[in-house]
Amino acid sequence: MMLGAYLAYSLIGRFGAGPLGYWGGVLLAALAVGALGVLLERTLLRRLYGAPELLQLIATFGVVLLIKDAALAVWGAEDLLGPRAPGLGGAIAIFGQPVPQYDLLLIVLAPIVLAAMWVALSRTRWGLLVRAATEDREMTAALGVNPSWLFSGVFFVGALLAGLAGALQLPREPANLNMDLTIIADVFVVTVVGGLGSIRGAFVAALIIGIVRALCIGIGDVALFGSVVSFAKLTLVAEFVVMAVVLVARPWGLYGQPPGPSAIAEQRDLQVPPGRRFAIAAALLMAALAAAPLLVDEYALVLGADMLIFALFAVSLHFIMGPGGMASFGHAAYFGLGAYAAALATRSMPMELALIVAPLAAGIGALVFGWFCVRLSGVYLAMLTLAFAQITWATVYQWDALTGGSNGLVGVWPAVWLSSRVAYYWLTLAIAGGAIALLWRVVFAPFGYALRAVRDSPQRAAAIGIDVRAVRWAGFVLAGLAAGLAGSLYAFSKGSISPDSLSIPRSIDALVMVLLGGLQTLFGPVVGAALLAWLQDTLARHTEYWRAMLGAAILVLVLLFPQGIVGALGAAARALRQRGIGKRAAAA
Amino acid sequence: MTQPLLAIRGIAKAFGGVQALAGVSFDVGAGERVAVIGPNGAGKTTLFNVLDGQLAPDRGSAVLAGRALIGLSSQAIARLGVGRTFQVTATFASMTVRENVQVALLAQRGQTYALLSPLRARLADEAQSLLKQVGIDSLSERAAATLAYGDLKRLELAVALAGTPRLLLMDEPTAGLAPPERARLMRQVSDLARLAGSAVLFTEHDMDVVFAHADRIVVLNRGRVIAIGAPSAVRANPEVRNVYLGSGRDPEARDA
Ligand SMILES: Nc1ncnc2c1ncn2[C@@H]1O[C@H](COP(=O)(O)OP(=O)(O)OP(=O)(O)O)[C@@H](O)[C@H]1O
Ligand SMILES: [Mg+2]
Repeated sequence: MMLGAYLAYSLIGRFGAGPLGYWGGVLLAALAVGALGVLLERTLLRRLYGAPELLQLIATFGVVLLIKDAALAVWGAEDLLGPRAPGLGGAIAIFGQPVPQYDLLLIVLAPIVLAAMWVALSRTRWGLLVRAATEDREMTAALGVNPSWLFSGVFFVGALLAGLAGALQLPREPANLNMDLTIIADVFVVTVVGGLGSIRGAFVAALIIGIVRALCIGIGDVALFGSVVSFAKLTLVAEFVVMAVVLVARPWGLYGQPPGPSAIAEQRDLQVPPGRRFAIAAALLMAALAAAPLLVDEYALVLGADMLIFALFAVSLHFIMGPGGMASFGHAAYFGLGAYAAALATRSMPMELALIVAPLAAGIGALVFGWFCVRLSGVYLAMLTLAFAQITWATVYQWDALTGGSNGLVGVWPAVWLSSRVAYYWLTLAIAGGAIALLWRVVFAPFGYALRAVRDSPQRAAAIGIDVRAVRWAGFVLAGLAAGLAGSLYAFSKGSISPDSLSIPRSIDALVMVLLGGLQTLFGPVVGAALLAWLQDTLARHTEYWRAMLGAAILVLVLLFPQGIVGALGAAARALRQRGIGKRAAAA
Repeated sequence: MTQPLLAIRGIAKAFGGVQALAGVSFDVGAGERVAVIGPNGAGKTTLFNVLDGQLAPDRGSAVLAGRALIGLSSQAIARLGVGRTFQVTATFASMTVRENVQVALLAQRGQTYALLSPLRARLADEAQSLLKQVGIDSLSERAAATLAYGDLKRLELAVALAGTPRLLLMDEPTAGLAPPERARLMRQVSDLARLAGSAVLFTEHDMDVVFAHADRIVVLNRGRVIAIGAPSAVRANPEVRNVYLGSGRDPEARDA
């Protein structure tokens, strides 16, 4: 979609802004994006069809990073406002309000595209096959249809429409590098409200949310109980309320069907409580990390503290994703809530106390958001978590008075006795290490087993008397608390905090760490966190295009280790042991 | 008869146009073994899902020892002492056999939210003795996902017995097993239920098993009870013969 806007900008620039040049540019841009979609699908995503769904998503994020930097390289970092559509620059008065002609065109165009999509999916053989193939890929293949090209076709149409949307948006909003993320949350909210897999639902949902937003902006400032309430600033809250109401009444959206099994790979390996060897290794690692300040310079210590903080963050996400089976795509919300709460709390209390209070704020956030999220599962849940994170981000971004808006808050320093790099590193090590150990303990305590029981078979769990939702909710809150703790440690380590700390990229970082390390392993998230922190740091120092490099690195790792690095190592170790046993047996 | 343990009255449930249950009523006495039989799609599984709170019926009531079950959640019903096994076995695949039983025991005792002490030793002996009762104690360290089908059914039985239920709902406990193993498993079920004083409501396609282990039989067809009574009476019922075979053959002769 972002590419659509950029390409349209260039093509229109090349063809001139006459009617032919303009609309030709828009169409060509859409086609080019569609073609690129197919190219990506056939070269890359294809290889991942056997892999867990989440991994496919991670790979897609890798691609997004690559494209983003490519756009940066070609078009630069400036916002690019497109030319107006020829002949549609004016406005028409409707009910005394001027409405831009271009907007009217879009209003007409949207239902047409929609209707075309609907006809294609429900009335043509292609549509029938696509629907069959999404239900059961093997079955369709057995019927003699090549699902491979079918999926390429789907990708083409999807990318084409996204490109078209981007190109059409150009005259209204400048092409910029953040288009991808601002739009994605909206798309997710609309999809979740409308119901996954329902075109009609998406349209109705988009309409409802659009109307609610327009109402909020239209109402503007209203004097309420003696104080002025700006409804215009409440658009996000309104969107949230709409979503909440819909999901409570209809958990699968307005027109959605209950989803199939969860989005997490059906990994049902036996999970064994870590034995003494694991404990000894962890203790040795802690000791080595504690001794690190004697060996390395201050810069490395800062990086080390970052790694520890991210390790806690990743472990907290792993806690709900692995044992809990709930993929959160918006885990940064709790990280950020913790960070902001810490920054705000230090104004009125000592830092040590703030460090205790701040995670509670994140916990409260998780309590509220979790109440909605645990009702859903799989992709729905993931999308809802992302939407909540985006809402939190936007609130922080817009609430200038409290949060400092886009500038964030500065002067968040630790207490004096912790102000040296070494002291703060040790504090981080103690707290993050301790919290990780506690979380791991919970995994193998009755509560962790209950969480896993609910993941493995919700039906069976309920039948033995486990309150499925309550257990999931409690797990969600625990993970939120831990992420909040990581966030508050982060705030004091940096001395400042900005909305970036709860943005979508931060959530994705957490996902990448967990999946890179290995979802089905206990230690994976720690390794993933250290690796990603190190990669980001090194790449950012050495190249301007670190995002692209990171995207490429992620893609390579995902292709090489679909089970994550620690998962792959574990499998290799098992294979070696087996060979050893085989040899011994042969020798005997 | 004194007050029944479970009184089912007028339960109805439709899925779209399909009337899966059309007003089902019968009783189960304490410690009684009642078989629900009927052709595929008769509504047996639907009835079980209504009784254990997974489905809300359109109409009707079910009262367990004075407590209304309809409207309660599955977990609440489980805590009232209703154990369940599923037609398609449902166990916790990422756990060992013993852990499966331990989790069930913990849930029954409201210890689900213990956060820090390891599960390992908790109730392990009790779990082990349950596994011994169903005859798979030698497999307790195995991953549940690796069990043979018959052992999986036994594990389900152990899990369902974990709360010493007053009522055991068993949906096709022996489906998918070879005939000799069916008889063996069902004998175990009968013995264990008698030992624990549990009533058993079970569905079964194997008529040998039904006639050998049911005190009473309820015959469902298209969501309706068409016959109810002692095995010998049900066997002689012409309508049952008709539904089952379309001819006059003895339902006992039918083998799944
Ligand atoms: N969730 C559902 N949605 C729609 N229809 C359903 C659903 N569950 C059951 N049915 C229908 O209700 C009827 C009764 O099904 P049920 O599973 O209770 O039968 P059953 O007696 O258990 O059959 P079987 O012997 O095959 O297990 C069937 O016609 C079935 O198709
Ligand atoms: Mg059934």
